[in-house]
Amino acid sequence: MRQIERDELEPLATGAWILGTGGGGSPYLAYLNMRKLYAEGTSVSLMDPADLDDDDLVAVVSNMGAPLVGQERLSDPAFAAKPVRMMEQYLGRRFTAVMSVEIGGGNAFQPLLVAAMTGLPVVDADAMGRAYPEAQMTSFAIADLPMFPLTLADIRDNEVIVARAASWKWMERISRKVCTEVGSIAATCKAPRTGAEVKAHGILYTTTQAIALGREVRRARHAHQDPVAATLAAAAGKLLFRGKVADVQRRATEGFLRGNAVMEGIDDDRGARFEVAFQNEYAIAWRDGRIIVTTPDLICVLDSVSGEAIGTESLRYGQRVSVIALPAPAILRTPKGIEHVGPRAFGHDTDYVSVFGAQP
Amino acid sequence: MRRIGIDVGGTNTDAVLIDGTSVIAAIKTTTTADVLCGVRTALAQLLAQGDPGRVSAVVIGTTHFTNAVIERRGLQKVGALRIGLPASASLPPFIDWPDDLSSIVCGQIHMVQGGHEYDGRPIVPLDTAAIREAARRIADAGLTSVGVTSIFSPLTAECEQEAERILREEMPAASITLSHDLGRIGLLERENVTLLNACLQDLARTIVAAFTDALQGSSIDAPLYLTQNDGTIMRAETAARFPVWSFASGPTNSMRGAAFLSGLQDAVVVDVGGTTTDIGYLKAGFPREANAAVEVGGVRTLFRMPDLLSIGLGGGTEINGGSIGPHSVGFRLLEKALVFGGDTLTATDIAVAAGRIDLGERGRVAGLSPALVASTLARTSEMIAEAVDRMKTEAGDVKLLAVGGGSFLIPDHLAGCSEVIRVPHHAVANAVGAAIAQVSGEVDQIFSNVTRDQAVTAAQREAENRAVDAGAIRKNLKLVELEDIPLSYLPGDARRIRVRMVGDIGGH
Repeated sequence: MRQIERDELEPLATGAWILGTGGGGSPYLAYLNMRKLYAEGTSVSLMDPADLDDDDLVAVVSNMGAPLVGQERLSDPAFAAKPVRMMEQYLGRRFTAVMSVEIGGGNAFQPLLVAAMTGLPVVDADAMGRAYPEAQMTSFAIADLPMFPLTLADIRDNEVIVARAASWKWMERISRKVCTEVGSIAATCKAPRTGAEVKAHGILYTTTQAIALGREVRRARHAHQDPVAATLAAAAGKLLFRGKVADVQRRATEGFLRGNAVMEGIDDDRGARFEVAFQNEYAIAWRDGRIIVTTPDLICVLDSVSGEAIGTESLRYGQRVSVIALPAPAILRTPKGIEHVGPRAFGHDTDYVSVFGAQP
Repeated sequence: MRRIGIDVGGTNTDAVLIDGTSVIAAIKTTTTADVLCGVRTALAQLLAQGDPGRVSAVVIGTTHFTNAVIERRGLQKVGALRIGLPASASLPPFIDWPDDLSSIVCGQIHMVQGGHEYDGRPIVPLDTAAIREAARRIADAGLTSVGVTSIFSPLTAECEQEAERILREEMPAASITLSHDLGRIGLLERENVTLLNACLQDLARTIVAAFTDALQGSSIDAPLYLTQNDGTIMRAETAARFPVWSFASGPTNSMRGAAFLSGLQDAVVVDVGGTTTDIGYLKAGFPREANAAVEVGGVRTLFRMPDLLSIGLGGGTEINGGSIGPHSVGFRLLEKALVFGGDTLTATDIAVAAGRIDLGERGRVAGLSPALVASTLARTSEMIAEAVDRMKTEAGDVKLLAVGGGSFLIPDHLAGCSEVIRVPHHAVANAVGAAIAQVSGEVDQIFSNVTRDQAVTAAQREAENRAVDAGAIRKNLKLVELEDIPLSYLPGDARRIRVRMVGDIGGH
């Protein structure tokens, strides 16, 4: 157990936004909340998952909804903590710690917000190692752990408990419906996990990883070095392409942002054509018509100059970008993992293609 | 159609008279502390060059309001009213402002219940009693400017309008800025711009009145406009209410001026100054915009700025053996460069030695080795060509517009460019850009439960109306921007549509 230092918050925001692989929403507003809480004297501790007792109870939290709504109805720690208290009341048990469902994007900060309000420590782990759009796309779902109960809170006095659900997909459908009704933004506490479950099935040490990644990018930017190269070095990634966005097409289907972007190469990639398809997050990419990488490999599009991640919503014609791949957590690369989060889970009828060699 | 363009910059005030597509007269004067005087002098000097004939518009581009924020001077304290509780409570107005600026601008903060959802439903009923209480406290404190921001007001402005009505009852003389007049989705950024606008109200009234007085004191009888950051104009009375629209209009005017002087709509503009070279792209006569959030005086805003790439190469760039820059003698070129009797070898000296330009005393660089001159020019050409290529978004050669005092560094033939075009009057491109600015109307809104076509049509019609309200002629309005983003997770086939229509000034 250690304190998360104030000067780690900004690197966490930068790193988490990269790990968001285009989705998950920008961490900026959640970061502002944490910065303010720290300025007021609050501090949050980070817990090594190895220190969890097997029967400890861990809250798995997320801010659910449309990133765009989050730009008007802003991240709020009091609201983030509400479903956690609901869950404790419902279960009649107290949590030992809190963790994020996804380290990618704004949800990297959700457990920190809860921790600041409750005093619980944040477990250095999540259930994706990146961002994904749906509840069944977690390491806990891949491990077939129970998906209920779930608590959901609105800023008004609306609170919903989903006591049972027939499957992870049903849980996703029901909670999504409620979320839409309260303005497409809601704070949730997912099915609680035991210490043993987190240790066995969580993606471990991702908060530390995100902070380290963000710190490297910021250091490189400050030293006028290439922040993209720094990202690759810090996260054992591979550069896939450098180019300019030539075309972006988006369509909303079944409540998701789907689409693809075409990029024309510059520098060493001059003359090459790159295409990336997304469903909230970047899912699959082609180079000159041939698939070169698919989810669960992390496909990240970065601003070539600043190294800042570019979300699927803000990808625009003319941007100069570097596309990189970062290795996915091992559990996502297992056959069961690929069933949940491989290319077919996003409607692409193809096998998993990794730039990081054979599957484990 | 004759127009006068005036660029009131930090150092120089330039003025041009244009007729159709030609520059009739152009002058450069020094900016004075007294704005009225500077503009009056510039106008007088311009008119001294001959009878301007019938002038249909005078357009001023100014960095005055941007500089006021950056330098923290001439700003007034404001009352901030946020409508949207219980949402967004933890991040109050001024949350991410630099302390020195918020301590100057922040008079009072009030947050009350109200606001809307993305689909137009109220979050909770608007707390009008709380607004009245806030208005009284703001008035009691002697504050005279208020910025009002309500959640999702770009979709429905009801709450802000109701707040304005109540504020007016309690403080009839106050300046009131409503966020939906200024902005897009993004509560904090829109609120920041609203508060910046509120703190510039007294200054804007003073400055715009000075511009108006200077014009009235001249023999010109024409309406006065100010330029905005997107290369279009607003009426002087609009500028007095919304000074923030003038932020960052400088680079835009410069690029638009270059486009006009050359007659090109699509080209890469390479502006070589003393220290840096700025490369930007013109698309349909307007600069391509940058994507990143733009900060003004350390405050995040939603403004779009031209997408510029700057490299360390200019007329004053120092040459040391094989290396070029990044140091530059900058504005001291006239004392430092060899051709002017100085002791520093600069890019200008190389260009003089090569016969690219005739400046200073050529004899002073006669001893330079031809190999050094050739290799340096080859390298500077390469630097420019590389930068131009980095900014390209399409394969194929582009036309290059060479502007700026150091533009002799750009060779007549450059890799990746079909043509290098040099324009006369490029030193007053900013004032030309102001003179030729057009009028725009913009809409950025979320539509749901209608087809894409219906949504686009509705947005376009509203943008047209806004352009006409701003002074455009309806019949030649052109669509210059259409962005359509379906929204993830939102039902009803929701999409966010941004449309911009542009047209010529219609006069009074």
